[in-house]
Amino acid sequence: MTSYDSLFYVFAAVTIIPAIVTVFHPNILYAALSLFGSFFGVAGIYVLLGADFIAATQVLIYVGGILVLILFAVMLSKNIYGMTFQDEKKKKILPTLFGILLLGFLIKLITTVHWNTTLSEEGPLPTTAALGNLLLTEYLLPFELASVLLLAALIGAIILARSK
Amino acid sequence: MTVELHHYLILSSILFVLGIIGIISRKNSIGILMGIELVMNACGINFVAFSKYIASDFSGQIFALFIFVIAAAEVVVALAIVLRIYQNKATIDIEEVKDLKC
Repeated sequence: MTSYDSLFYVFAAVTIIPAIVTVFHPNILYAALSLFGSFFGVAGIYVLLGADFIAATQVLIYVGGILVLILFAVMLSKNIYGMTFQDEKKKKILPTLFGILLLGFLIKLITTVHWNTTLSEEGPLPTTAALGNLLLTEYLLPFELASVLLLAALIGAIILARSK
Repeated sequence: MTVELHHYLILSSILFVLGIIGIISRKNSIGILMGIELVMNACGINFVAFSKYIASDFSGQIFALFIFVIAAAEVVVALAIVLRIYQNKATIDIEEVKDLKC
């Protein structure tokens, strides 16, 4: 087992264990905080896949932006420790059974399909310059549409959250 | 056992299933949003893994970047709606919110 493999298992554990806490913890504040660890684990997985820019963006956008927004929303809707924030445990059994069935189906599917992998032998290259070139040539239209979408989301969020 | 493509796919399907369980079992709407974030992360892992092992170019990484954009836009609008519902109804339990008109 090489160090790459052991790093993969470490990052997989860092991703999965906080995600389990996120899904099953009854207190929403702890669930949001453990999402932090899960996002960092996914960033580590991106590094292992040779996607350095994506990993940095994951940390910046998910951990620095989305998670802070979720924490703000949790804390702005007050009474964090009150009854409305506690989910009952009984309601989790049926979704968990459904999830385990779905997971079994997906794993069966993944392991039976023959993936025609072609892995280039050269080591990981820096990706930032190549991604920038692609974004401004081949993927220019989705790039511009993404900026329009972000502007629309910005204006929509301001209009929705503004108090009259 | 060396790490191949299907290791990454199984990891991302575990993350996806956890997100689905979160979406259908939470009654708190912020909890549902966190489930959606887990699903989007699983999707990003899949894109980058396929980009490395099958396409051997950067197209999958570009789509992972667009997933970040979509996730940011989605969470901003959804949290604005959640806070609006909280202002009007003093709850964010989705079973209490039965009508669209706030």
